[in-house]
Amino acid sequence: MKYVDEYRDEAEARRYLDAIASTVTRPWTIMEICGGQTHTFIKFGIDELLPPELQLVHGPGCPVCVTPLEMIERAIAIARRPDVIFTSFGDMMRVPGSDADLLTVKAQGGDVRMVYSPLDAVRLAQANPDRQVVFFAVGFETTAPANALAVREAKLLGLDNFSILTSHVLVPPAMEAILGAPDNQVQGFLAAGHVCAVMGYWEYGPIADTYETPVVVTGFEPLDLLQGTYMVIKALEEGRFGVENQYTRAVTLDGNTPAQELLGEVFTTVDRPWRGIGTIPLSGYDLRAEYADFDAVLRFDVEAIAPPENEICIAGEIMRGLKKPHDCPAFGSECTPEHPLGAPMVSSEGACAAYYQYGRAV
Amino acid sequence: MTDIDMAGLGACPIPINDYPNVLLAHGGGGSLSHMLIETMFAPTFDNEWLGPLHDGAVMDVDAGRIAVSTDSFVIDPLFFPGGDIGSLAVHGTVNDVAMCGATPTAITVGMVIEEGLPMEDLWRIVSSIKTAADEADVAVITGDTKVVDRGKGDGIFINTTGFGFVGDGVDISPARIRAGDVVLVSGTIADHGIAIMSVREGLEFETALESDSASLHGLVRTMLDAGGSGVHVLRDPTRGGVASAANEIARSGGLGIRLREVDLPLSDQVRAACEILGFDPLYVANEGKCLAVVDAAIADTVLAAMRSHPLGSDAAAIGTVVDDHPGRVFLTSRIGGNRVVDMISGEQLPRIC
Repeated sequence: MKYVDEYRDEAEARRYLDAIASTVTRPWTIMEICGGQTHTFIKFGIDELLPPELQLVHGPGCPVCVTPLEMIERAIAIARRPDVIFTSFGDMMRVPGSDADLLTVKAQGGDVRMVYSPLDAVRLAQANPDRQVVFFAVGFETTAPANALAVREAKLLGLDNFSILTSHVLVPPAMEAILGAPDNQVQGFLAAGHVCAVMGYWEYGPIADTYETPVVVTGFEPLDLLQGTYMVIKALEEGRFGVENQYTRAVTLDGNTPAQELLGEVFTTVDRPWRGIGTIPLSGYDLRAEYADFDAVLRFDVEAIAPPENEICIAGEIMRGLKKPHDCPAFGSECTPEHPLGAPMVSSEGACAAYYQYGRAV
Repeated sequence: MTDIDMAGLGACPIPINDYPNVLLAHGGGGSLSHMLIETMFAPTFDNEWLGPLHDGAVMDVDAGRIAVSTDSFVIDPLFFPGGDIGSLAVHGTVNDVAMCGATPTAITVGMVIEEGLPMEDLWRIVSSIKTAADEADVAVITGDTKVVDRGKGDGIFINTTGFGFVGDGVDISPARIRAGDVVLVSGTIADHGIAIMSVREGLEFETALESDSASLHGLVRTMLDAGGSGVHVLRDPTRGGVASAANEIARSGGLGIRLREVDLPLSDQVRAACEILGFDPLYVANEGKCLAVVDAAIADTVLAAMRSHPLGSDAAAIGTVVDDHPGRVFLTSRIGGNRVVDMISGEQLPRIC
């Protein structure tokens, strides 16, 4: 299949693995930002083919994983209302709140529906004028433009029965939080290619310079990851830092400027709590005052819902690269995909789910 | 795969002007129930065992080994590209009987209909059951109809039970797998699940995706004729896909299975859909595919026989039985890495980005 098979070629993969092995002279710890990259590493068994000196740690780029418990609880509270059609991407349905997930709410009679696009939720609102339609707007810079578009569309249509529960987060502040922590172990980054396709990679230069860390914008196919890993290792071995772009077929320095303008029109940058990590300053989007009518938190008055996190789950340490999923005492025993304690065990992008599903250390 | 031969079966025998929709009384045991049975079901499925319309069917059979399987069918939408709930209900049970190494003989059909189902839809489904049963050479020998209140069913639910006889020398059991056995699959995987998802969720692709729903008894007959007792296990990888079927075989047989990603047959459309949605095709349902574990000595012969059958033209050898890691399934990835292929927890959910 075109645009897939070329990036999964075994001989080419061997070439990069050999190049990485002959370049590495000492232990290095590198982090792939995005959960999609984590899954490719594990799904194709790349982690086991890399030299043992190379430690891969898995970053916070899993939207489901970093959505704070308070947002899950707010979503559940709204979804339980009889006047609401609650819509969400599939991944969020099974993320555990304190005592339920959205699939449980659905089983108990809540009108919870899976959609593939926030614009589908806008159409649902048009078709059901007597119901309140709420979309759970989670994700990074990748999903934010479509959500901004949905809100702008709803405003243009004059819909008074559509709102979004916003929990958008941003990659660069999270990278700074990881690098700036006193116990940081990450020495190089594979930056998230799809985030950069929207935002460009101009934001990463100052981070790479401040923390003297190489950052390589990397794609999601096996050869992308191998090439990106090779570029980071080469920079580390040569004592270089700065930003390089492996994912040139999708990413430019400036990114998708119309999408960025749309984001600026609808959203404003705010402090955001990250599940398991804590609040990171200016690390998320919320609706601008002009769009406050579409804010589900205000419409349904759920701001007071702010429960404490589960104490056993070490998701925060995993997503900061301090621990691996199997370092968690609950991994595979108390915490499984059937009974997840934390979101990384749920999502198709979660590091714990990848380790569990593909049989790493179980 | 089955087109409903509406022309052959004619128009709905129930006067549509009188009863455009199924009513509760059509399942109540009174005159409307009898009208439905006598004008629609009995003439459509007419055979010597159904004919007496007794409480049950009585069949004379030869002594031997009998294989029995039952399955209930709930699907949304009722009509989908490549089939409908009627043909699916026949294929599913015929295939379960065939996977026991048996030749399917007869099925029963139980229907739970939601009040309000258009009578035309019921007739399309009944016609489709008839066509699929004829193609599979099975008789519908007894049945049951219930109607539930509107809102308490999803249009129609169908249960079918089938039986057939197992021939001499055929011994299908996971306990018979041995290290070195070859794992075969009869064609492209994941076609049914992706076709259903594409219509259910309104996803559009450049080419139409069709369910692979089909009766596999003929293909199985061909495989058993070619491989005899060297065919150790047969399984139709329906819900949970090839991954779940392979795990069940590995667990029951107490040995490991190693699959090779490069050898898995996949159509480009289904592969593309899986890439977009974040689905692993190994876990997506099939309704017209057979997974087989056969003795290595006859694997090529069985594979050639499968490829000579219209339902096995894309058959492939996809893995081997190994004696390390008993009870588990591993996969060698396209680039030479390794991973476990576990049972899936719940349903696959489309990813966010």
